[in-house]
Amino acid sequence: MKLSLVGISHRHAPVELRERVALDPEHAADLARVLAEGREAVVLSTCNRTELYVVGDDAEAVALDALRSLGGDEVAALAYRLADQAAALHLFRVAAGLDSLVPGEGEILGQVRDAHEAGAPGPLLNRLFHDALHAGKRARTQTTIGESPASVSSAGAALAQQVFGELDGRRVLVVGAGKVGELAARSLAARGAVVQAVANRTQEHGVELAQRVGARAVQLDDVSSALASVDVVVSCTSAPGFVIGTADVPPRRGRPLFFVDLAVPRDVDPAVNELDDCYVYDIDDLEAVVEATLVDRRREAERAEAIVAEEADRFRAWQASLDVVPTIASLRARAEEIRASELSKAKLSDEERRAVDSITTQILNKLLHLPTVRMKEAAAAADGVLYADAVRHLFGLEDSVQGGER
Amino acid sequence: MAELFFWPALVGYGAYPLAGRWAVWGVRLGWLAQTALLIAQAARADGFPWSSWAGSLNLFVWLVVSAYLIWGCRARFRLLGLVVLPLAATLFVVARLGGGTSLGEHSRYSSVFLVAHVGLVLAAFAGFTLAAGLAAVYLFQERRLKRHDTAILRVPAPALETLDTLAARTIAVSLPALTLGIVVGVVRLRERGGGFDALMAFTVATWFAYGAYVALRWRYGWRGRRAAYFALASFVLVIVVRLALPVTHFS
Repeated sequence: MKLSLVGISHRHAPVELRERVALDPEHAADLARVLAEGREAVVLSTCNRTELYVVGDDAEAVALDALRSLGGDEVAALAYRLADQAAALHLFRVAAGLDSLVPGEGEILGQVRDAHEAGAPGPLLNRLFHDALHAGKRARTQTTIGESPASVSSAGAALAQQVFGELDGRRVLVVGAGKVGELAARSLAARGAVVQAVANRTQEHGVELAQRVGARAVQLDDVSSALASVDVVVSCTSAPGFVIGTADVPPRRGRPLFFVDLAVPRDVDPAVNELDDCYVYDIDDLEAVVEATLVDRRREAERAEAIVAEEADRFRAWQASLDVVPTIASLRARAEEIRASELSKAKLSDEERRAVDSITTQILNKLLHLPTVRMKEAAAAADGVLYADAVRHLFGLEDSVQGGER
Repeated sequence: MAELFFWPALVGYGAYPLAGRWAVWGVRLGWLAQTALLIAQAARADGFPWSSWAGSLNLFVWLVVSAYLIWGCRARFRLLGLVVLPLAATLFVVARLGGGTSLGEHSRYSSVFLVAHVGLVLAAFAGFTLAAGLAAVYLFQERRLKRHDTAILRVPAPALETLDTLAARTIAVSLPALTLGIVVGVVRLRERGGGFDALMAFTVATWFAYGAYVALRWRYGWRGRRAAYFALASFVLVIVVRLALPVTHFS
């Protein structure tokens, strides 16, 4: 049976087309179940890609029809279609984050796992996704591809760690109640920091965000007093001028204060950076840090590619070995049939029968072990069919194998 | 035979900046070689083997590297190794040139007082050396953060607060050792008689400098950049005591 992948991603399709076929987890699972009638199917849908993995004789046509029905001919025309080893290698690269917008980003591994769990896999897709997750984990643990920050908000958090070390219990002040500031605050909170206060021009929005992140809301005019008790400030307002100046920052007496200024125009006067113990990073500074770490990510991506290729080879060998499995099974069945038949003819006591049964079973296993291994090796090297043919011919297995094929 | 231990130790310390991921193993092996050298010196000597200036320098280097290895095995402290290990390698070479790594050194002095005095003072100075290294790394990292060095996340380094705290703790542990070392020295001086030389004066000045560091930090909250500069300034006295004024004291 054939493994087919049909999909579109950020590499080939603009967001206007990708969003047509973007599915939430529930709909992706529904589609997988529909595609899996008489087949195996898993649907992976993220903001950057929608990919249909289907195993079956008509897999590619079915998957392409499904994608067309979701996004129209325009999407179908841009879809990539990969089969067997190419499809497997693609999924392994996706799981390792090598096909992501930011190489090595970690979220995709969880998305692949979720897609597998929600899909309708059979033996082949189970093995494929299991191996892909293994490849993704190896790429992350054996390289540093996922260690450097991939976004300005995670760069802000990583820089705060350069000042404070672990962020457990560090107090954060969020200035502005917008989405960007919230994301940055959540990135810090994910590393153990505590959002202590939210300051916003519109009190109502400030209170909403404060409730969401478990903080207290303060007036924007009270920022100065709030600064006295926090370690990190995340600022992202739409104010036309500086919201925090040098006069707003109380003396720190050796306690560092780290500013993540994500606003354009900037919220924090750059002169604050000149104050003792104050560090101000604006959006350009953070983007420059992310860009610098991307060099490392790309270098590590080359090492991750080697790991992925190794895992893809292993999967290919396993898949190829499936071609000889029916022959091996028939050979063993025939041998066992002969052994059992001859044993039944012998006139033996119960004790003797048990002994002979054990000895002949061991002989059989030892005798067939090497041919089994060799056939699997040959299958991995693409000679499997020849070997399988020879074994079927030599042992007269033709009929039984045909009956037992996948 | 001393050469057998000296060169591996020197290579281990000296190669640190170049050895990449094997650097810490190089230092460990170097430290083991120097430990073997010190043991051989102790076994062959007929008294306290490190009572000469060069001999005490040898022991001092060993103490510095020993203290470094407490933290140095962590990848984040590689920058500290880049500050401390070249200094250790240089001082080790100076110790050898002065005959401090040879075997069978004779000592005119050998007493529990001397061992305690030299051991405590050198241990304290080793701690101050490490604290100076931590302060130097602090200032380097702080400068990079202030200047928005885009490559700051590419080289693993301890956080500023970690460096600041470790430097302070190292000084806080070393200062009592120096205090005891000075007390033992004064007691011995009274027993044997003798004058108050320049090295003794600078050692006491060093005690006051680090005492001031501790007092300013805990009483007035001196931390961060100011504390790092103060630790480095105080370390100048350690250099003077260790390298510039030792001849009269040890002769």
